[in-house]
Amino acid sequence: MRIAVLTDIHGNREAFSAVLADVAGHGVDRLAMLGDIVGYGGDPEWCCDTAARLVREGALCIRGNHDNAAAGAPEAMSSLARAAIDWTKDRLDAGQKAFLAGLPLSHEEGDVLFVHASANDPGAWSYVTSDTRAAPSFRATKARLILCGHVHVPLLASCDIGGVVRAQAFRTGLAIPLLPSRRWLAVVGSVGQPRDGVAQAAWALVDTVKAEITFRRTPYDTAGAANRIRAAGLPEVLATRLLTGT
Amino acid sequence: MQLRPHTGLQIDGFTLGEKLHTGGFATIWEVTHPDHDLPMVMKVPTILDGYDGPTIVGFEVEQMIMPRLSGPHVPRVLGSGGFEAMPYIVVEKIDGGSFLQVFQKAPLPLSDVIEIAARMVHAVADLHRQHVIHLDLKPENFLQRKTGEMVLVDYGLSRHDLLPDLLAEEFKIPMGTFPYIAPEQYLRCRDDPRSDLFALGAMLYALATGKNPWGTPETLRGVRKRLWRDPVPPRAIRPEIPEWLQEIILRALVVDPMRRYQTAAQMAFDLGHPQQVKLTERAHKLKQDGRLQVFDRWRVMRKIRRFEAPKSMAAQMAMVPVIVAAVDLSPEGERLAEAVRNAVKRMLIIEPEARIACVNVLKTARIGIDQATDDQGNNLHVARLVALKSWAEAIDLPDHRLTCAVLEGPDPGQAIIDYATTNKVDQILMGARGHSTTRRYLGSVSAQVVAEAHCSVTVIRVQ
Repeated sequence: MRIAVLTDIHGNREAFSAVLADVAGHGVDRLAMLGDIVGYGGDPEWCCDTAARLVREGALCIRGNHDNAAAGAPEAMSSLARAAIDWTKDRLDAGQKAFLAGLPLSHEEGDVLFVHASANDPGAWSYVTSDTRAAPSFRATKARLILCGHVHVPLLASCDIGGVVRAQAFRTGLAIPLLPSRRWLAVVGSVGQPRDGVAQAAWALVDTVKAEITFRRTPYDTAGAANRIRAAGLPEVLATRLLTGT
Repeated sequence: MQLRPHTGLQIDGFTLGEKLHTGGFATIWEVTHPDHDLPMVMKVPTILDGYDGPTIVGFEVEQMIMPRLSGPHVPRVLGSGGFEAMPYIVVEKIDGGSFLQVFQKAPLPLSDVIEIAARMVHAVADLHRQHVIHLDLKPENFLQRKTGEMVLVDYGLSRHDLLPDLLAEEFKIPMGTFPYIAPEQYLRCRDDPRSDLFALGAMLYALATGKNPWGTPETLRGVRKRLWRDPVPPRAIRPEIPEWLQEIILRALVVDPMRRYQTAAQMAFDLGHPQQVKLTERAHKLKQDGRLQVFDRWRVMRKIRRFEAPKSMAAQMAMVPVIVAAVDLSPEGERLAEAVRNAVKRMLIIEPEARIACVNVLKTARIGIDQATDDQGNNLHVARLVALKSWAEAIDLPDHRLTCAVLEGPDPGQAIIDYATTNKVDQILMGARGHSTTRRYLGSVSAQVVAEAHCSVTVIRVQ
């Protein structure tokens, strides 16, 4: 089965629609969104409605901390994120909030675990930023492959049969074998607000039959997305960071 | 691991037959499978009780790399299993067997050395083309097919340029086979395809002289010596070795990778064009360097921690491209020939390291006896070569980067394509004449080359 994995869309319609168009050309069987549909970006309603439509069509969607906050739950956040969430809350109607609030915190399918942040305590929203920080996720599940988001920088880590967790260097756009002798964790990177210096939407393509993962980047209209943020009166830094991918 | 391999064991449809070999890290078994009607062998890593890191990771590397390889120079993979039951990998059995026996007969007749060298270098070039550096080339890892192609086996230490390197952080000691390991590999670099060329050089040395260039060191200290000590020149051991072959061997064995052969294709080209190998001091050397010279090198090398590795394998492979300029020397082709030459010169601005091979095809009859001389009794082949060399003179490159060859064959397009394939050419530049009725019906040479050559082809026209 070929699964397209998208995460941290953050209300960026331009990026979300560009990735969906790209995904359509890759012949996938399943779509998985790992949370943070809203927050930061200028189009929370469209992103929320699109995610809801995709879920009706069979896609999987996990709840992220921004979704939780937008639906009304108290979440500790940076002032930037808080400003965007307060604005987002006013834009979403009850139905959209109910959709976000009703999303699961994690989902296991076959030997793949989908979760927004670290798998050991999904609701604690711990960041998986290194191999050391990936270790608790491996300890928490028996899944062969853990797919997560939350951190807007892609990462691939493996856990060998001795239990040693190591980050693995990889290249974008190339299929990386997920060796059956190890367990794997991938932070797929952000669709709507990448922070690794590449101003393109990040997502991943997982092939469970071939046991491969491909980290992909899709170029999108960054200027358009930045303008939507400015038009909404959100902090300028949220607009400019899209242009540099930082 | 729950299962131990034994004759009669069944796993995933494979039935183990006789044990063929017991090595340090693995056992090899004959296997059969109802769905695969070909001779196969199964390699089962010998995992010591407890956590046997090096063997496990080496096996993982093989499982990752081998299924991604194709072509005649690698064994076909038919199945593999993980650590849950019994780790194994099943590949086709290469009927010709290991190359070690041939090696044990060294020194071999020179014609055999040259012919075997070419086949070994071709196999390595093909592996590099597939983004893999072997990093453990030794005689027992070369098998031969009945059809003659060398097959490279044992990828436990290999590096795939585009995939994660599982071995990189795992071990802090250099890995490889001591008599053949390259200096930069000793310094723990795992990113340089030129390390394989060094190992090839060491094996060619052994094939030609019957001795390893640095003996058979058993300690890392013994390996380290090659950073400053030069080997005894092959011609000092066996005087009938031609100078050009010594040049090739010693150039592959240069300590600094930047001054070695840069690609296997470049080395293959030299082996295929012995008369055009540029002879340097290396070719004439009959003694090892003097004490003082070695001492000077020791002072520099004992402090060295690494050599510059290439940015990527693709970048390294593209470094010294071989470009063929196919030219028509007939009077009506004169303007076109000049245009091709200008295109070559422009190409050299973009690819300053390129090697240019100028070729012209002497068309021979499909059936019957060809005239080797013209009506005045002049040798046609020689006359063409003279004309080609004079055309090539204006390209203004030193001899070792410019070769001229007159190809013969009934089908000029095919002759150019065959030459490009054998010599691992990166690009062909050739002219195309205007449109004419004959060509519309008979097809043009350039169209044929464009359609059938494996490399890039640039067609030059004059308007």
